[in-house]
Amino acid sequence: MTAAPRRVLAWSAPVLLALIALPFVVPPYQTVLLSYGLVLAIAALGFNLLLGYTGLLSFGHSAYFGAGAYAVAFIVKYLGLESMEAFLLGGILASGAVAALFGLLCVRYTKIFFGILTMALSQVLWSLAFKFFWVTGGSDGLRVPTPTLLGGTVRVGSDKFEFLSHRYYFYVLAVFVVCVAVMWIIVHSPFGKALQAIRDNETRAEFVGVQVWHYRWVAFVISGIFTGVAGALWVPLNGLTTPDILHWTFSGKMVFFTVLGGFQTFFGPIVGAIIFNYLETYAVGHTVYWQMVLGIVLVVLVLVLPAGIVGTVRRFGLRPVKVS
Amino acid sequence: MDTLVVHLLNALLYASVMFLIAGGLSLIYGVMRIVNLAHGNLYAFGAYVSAWAVGRVLGSGTEASPWLYALLPLGAVAAAGLGAVLEPTLLRPLYRRAEEYQLLITFGLLLILEDLMRLIWGPYPLQVSALYEGLGSLTFGESIYPTYNLLVILIGGLAAAGLWAFVYRTQFGVVLRATSQNMRMASALGVNVNRVYVQAFTLGCFMAGLGGAVIVPQQGAVLGMGVDALILAFVVVVIGGLGSLEGALIGALMVGVVREAGITFFPEIELAVLYLMAAVVLLIRPAGILGRA
Repeated sequence: MTAAPRRVLAWSAPVLLALIALPFVVPPYQTVLLSYGLVLAIAALGFNLLLGYTGLLSFGHSAYFGAGAYAVAFIVKYLGLESMEAFLLGGILASGAVAALFGLLCVRYTKIFFGILTMALSQVLWSLAFKFFWVTGGSDGLRVPTPTLLGGTVRVGSDKFEFLSHRYYFYVLAVFVVCVAVMWIIVHSPFGKALQAIRDNETRAEFVGVQVWHYRWVAFVISGIFTGVAGALWVPLNGLTTPDILHWTFSGKMVFFTVLGGFQTFFGPIVGAIIFNYLETYAVGHTVYWQMVLGIVLVVLVLVLPAGIVGTVRRFGLRPVKVS
Repeated sequence: MDTLVVHLLNALLYASVMFLIAGGLSLIYGVMRIVNLAHGNLYAFGAYVSAWAVGRVLGSGTEASPWLYALLPLGAVAAAGLGAVLEPTLLRPLYRRAEEYQLLITFGLLLILEDLMRLIWGPYPLQVSALYEGLGSLTFGESIYPTYNLLVILIGGLAAAGLWAFVYRTQFGVVLRATSQNMRMASALGVNVNRVYVQAFTLGCFMAGLGGAVIVPQQGAVLGMGVDALILAFVVVVIGGLGSLEGALIGALMVGVVREAGITFFPEIELAVLYLMAAVVLLIRPAGILGRA
């Protein structure tokens, strides 16, 4: 336990420094692209608290991502605020509330029933966002202006792209680092250990005094909030929120990149999300058949590399970071 | 009164197509314990193949000769063939693995099939409405109703009866049910489980393809129809019970009635009501109305 954090710090510190230096080296487009990757990585962190640490496969995490994103759009539309801190707070409250409610219903189930129930509930939100167009804009979605950062002290200025690729990138990076640190603490706390006990053997966990449903519910809410934070950070980048991010196929992508990185490791989902983002952007940019590219990658991945990228690298001993 | 009959017939129409899709999904789950996320795409595949075949023969003409209807089942056969290829190649290696991976590989399959149809048939919808209009419509009282819809309802009913006879009245049905109840025991008694799996999967895909084939004259074949149908099929099997054919029938009838009522009385929340119905059933009876736990 004492050796592991030191080893993690030993390689994560240079990575972090490289990430900070990046906007000054690469073209702005690359930085914006990486911002998307980091945002997805926050969602993946939250998602993996359920899949990797609690053993629950949710096919409905689009609900919390979308709750965060639509909360931001509503803050702009109805409260007229444009502060990123207000956006984040709104995203946390909205996704937390939705996750608390849906979690109450879902945590009694496991395996395929958990997956279908989370999916059905997320589709409820999707169909509401789709049909109540006078509130949500329907399939056109809602526009969100570029926010001000740090209580209004950092403003967008004249060049929006420059703002997104520098100031907003650092903002996303800072939130990302905080999220990683918080999640690291959560999974290494007694609470995190209890979740892993539930994952490995529910009955035994119950016998040693873990209140299984209660712990699962708390994990569900935390997971939803992380995903909601990602949704709130995503909207200003995209400038628009549409029902697409509430659709269950978006949940499928979250499952995809978490498994791509390796859900049995702490850092796997982060790596998976960032690589997935590049993969998707590249595929969308080069072919109209990008879904097929993603599908083939997923099928090959499941058949050949079930442990994911980080899991496979770790198995071959190239980066001996043992987590949990 | 007449409008009530029309509403009821529409509900039955939805129910027939939903039963064909969801029945196949449920059959596959019942025997193989796999939830096939690509099932909706097999339905869409059936629709595309039928529309393509009819369109080729029909050419630029609009006159629907009776034997064109005989081309429609081609979609079901094509979907069955696709299923017979997919099961041994992609699914069989995964039976020993955690079910997360089975879901993932069928999700990958969904993405691939979705674009494969775009690649083969292009981004524009295929229409064969000549077949739909060719049968004309019936008049009763002050209402008129398309005859083709009645044909779909008839096929849905026949499919349900045929499947019931197949599963409960044939030698193969006995083997199928035995494998479904206890795969190991069936295997120990000499059942070739691999063969049963591929047959069950093929039959399930055939039903999905048939669903697409019968509805394509009315709705056309469009991209994305599979993904939408899958979620409704989930609602049906969750209500009726995963793995139960009778459950799929009951679920399909309920979904058909609620959809028709929804479109008429509460169009904004029609879909939300359906998903909520599934969630409520899962909460009260996790295994569905007729499901085994």
